[in-house]
Amino acid sequence: MAYSFPEEVLEHVFSFIQSDKDRNAVSLVCKSWYEIERWCRRRIFVGNCYAVSPDIMTRRFPEVRSVELKGKPHFADYNLVPEGWGAYVYPWIAAMAREYPCLEEIRLKRMVVSDESLELIARSFKHFRILVLASCEGFSTDGLAAIAANCRNLQELDLQECEVDDLSGHWLSHFPDTYTSLVSLNIACLSSEVSLSALERLVARCPNLRSLRLNRAVPLERLPNLLYGAPQLIELGTGVYSAEIRNDVFSSLTDAFAGCKNLKGLSGFWDVVPAYLTAVYPICSGLTSLNLSYASIQSEDLVKLVSQCHNLQCLWILDYIEDSGLDALAMSCKDLQELRVFPSDPFAPEPNVSLTERGLVSVSAGCPKLQSVLYFCRQMSNAALVSIARNRPNLTHFRLAIIEPRSPDYLTQGPLDSGFGAIVQHCKELRRLSMAGLLTDRVFEYIGTYAKKLEMLSIAFAGNTDLGLHHVLSGCENLKKLEIRDCPFGDEALLANAAKLETMRSLWMSSCPVSFGACKLLGQKMPRLNVEVIEGDLRTQGPKTVRLRSFTYTGRLLGQGLMHLILFGQWMKKWH
Amino acid sequence: MEGPMTDLNLKATELRLGLPGSDEPGKQSSPIVRSNKRASPETKGAPDANDSDVNRAPPAKSQAVGWPPVRSYRKNCLQPKKMEADGSGMYVKVSMDGAPYLRKIDLKVYESYPELLKALENMFKCSVGVYSEREGYDGSEFAPTYEDKDGDWMLVGDVPWEMFITSCKRLRIMKGSEAKGLGCP
Repeated sequence: MAYSFPEEVLEHVFSFIQSDKDRNAVSLVCKSWYEIERWCRRRIFVGNCYAVSPDIMTRRFPEVRSVELKGKPHFADYNLVPEGWGAYVYPWIAAMAREYPCLEEIRLKRMVVSDESLELIARSFKHFRILVLASCEGFSTDGLAAIAANCRNLQELDLQECEVDDLSGHWLSHFPDTYTSLVSLNIACLSSEVSLSALERLVARCPNLRSLRLNRAVPLERLPNLLYGAPQLIELGTGVYSAEIRNDVFSSLTDAFAGCKNLKGLSGFWDVVPAYLTAVYPICSGLTSLNLSYASIQSEDLVKLVSQCHNLQCLWILDYIEDSGLDALAMSCKDLQELRVFPSDPFAPEPNVSLTERGLVSVSAGCPKLQSVLYFCRQMSNAALVSIARNRPNLTHFRLAIIEPRSPDYLTQGPLDSGFGAIVQHCKELRRLSMAGLLTDRVFEYIGTYAKKLEMLSIAFAGNTDLGLHHVLSGCENLKKLEIRDCPFGDEALLANAAKLETMRSLWMSSCPVSFGACKLLGQKMPRLNVEVIEGDLRTQGPKTVRLRSFTYTGRLLGQGLMHLILFGQWMKKWH
Repeated sequence: MEGPMTDLNLKATELRLGLPGSDEPGKQSSPIVRSNKRASPETKGAPDANDSDVNRAPPAKSQAVGWPPVRSYRKNCLQPKKMEADGSGMYVKVSMDGAPYLRKIDLKVYESYPELLKALENMFKCSVGVYSEREGYDGSEFAPTYEDKDGDWMLVGDVPWEMFITSCKRLRIMKGSEAKGLGCP
């Protein structure tokens, strides 16, 4: 009989193993390791809230302290998922309230969070510390009031781009005077005005406050006082960045910024008045992260600011920066790792700024550490993509959006197949790719052949036949998330690669000629697939959701017309 | 075993890896037509868009839903005042008294009140009756109302259509006696 370590020793060893993948591997070794591991797993990540039920989670892992859930598919961000589709978090909160009294952290993305859920969180977890809601909706400031009033040990309240029913700013005043544990507060998405004096007092009495992201309603004149109360800040999101030009405001602003010696990240900057931008110059050299994506100012002012940020690693900006500004960026910010350029006017029929593929090529040439790109533009060429690929084989995230669907290479008028082909061929570590422009089946052949580390792929208005989809599904070994819209992919590739689907987290297909029969077949043949069909024409009718979760076919034939298919991945076999 | 299902089944097991364009007699090109149709609402009614050359579809001058892929949060932040006919889509929430959840519609899609009302009737399976300036909505227990920029609840139909779509923030289909109260006695 082999000797084995006592349980406590194994538990101690396992406590050093943090990644889910490794933890899952540990649990498969033998029954006793499975048992020990499940009792000491503290963090859970559920990438698709419909892949497993809350009860299964709580039954298997009884001592969890931190849960992260993701709900709606990514395309929900672009209004492609109908209201009422799902991703309600309440059942999860209810299960956790029963089973995890020591829960400390909840992180949710694209879920529907009701006030009831927030109230339940506030009541149920005495040691609750961290609440992060990213792209969530369904709650009001009343729910926030419950959190503020009851979570004595709250450290982080982070509302990232949530749609909140903003009844009033009064909720913030519910933090009791004795509450001092705030570390991170992000209310940038709220529109109503919070009590500024309550905010100032809160900020001043929380010595561990590291990150403060204000909302637009906080006037610029009040920013200095807030900063004086928290000179230890590492991350700041300003409120509205405009005010009458007054010397006293300007000097106190400059002084307050200069006092924040640890500031590494800046964001906010709504309605920027360029004159006030100079107030941040003293701290530019310390900045590693700058989000100017709401700052509608011209290239000149942007460049003046950005070219002082020599240690910048992450920049989010509007296309007002233009090609010339990106040239300057390439020269000044040699540590740049992530660049996102958003469109200032995505619906303008003609380009409103002089930003083209040249700017991106320039940055790819000048910034050796560039890994992650999100770039909106109106024209692209294969030559540019090839340059980018050759310049930056270390790219891990490459997301290109060309405003006009199916835009060809503007130099040759041909498809952009070879350009994206070069990207996947040179960038061997590429994990995420979004493609744009005119693309044929050929580009998918390249992707299937070369993009072996690719985990997430977004395709729109591309391809010719099912072969395209087949290349991707059969070739991309690490593919986890695939989202497709308006492509001529139908049943064949899907059915031929059905087994592949079970290894993925999710597949979204909309406005593609997939038939109801194929969905039904998939649901029947692949028991671990959660197949869902949404019927209707997104554009004209507002779709009704036909939830066919376990594919109990109700016998109701859906009408003709295009189907919106969501296939949801895998019932994770480890979760039985 | 149903016929169509068997066919599908067979196809699923036959893997054809021919190069694009190699003989696949069953291949239809119509799916491509369909996806083009979705991109340009001009062809909304046309059952067969003339689309022989798939590679050079006419550029979609007006926007497909959710395109370009800019998050609504970002769109709202950038252009809060902009209500022009810029093709951005004007999504407003629609509630109906008694319904368990709200819907959202794009006002840009409709050209007139009758179209909008018909869509609302379809969406909520109700009938709003006939509009008249004097009586409001006659012949039904429902009345379509909207919240305007000033926060007031107005009866749908009183102002010119263009003015309506720029001032409408959300819609509510009122039911019952509350609805009756809006029509001027």
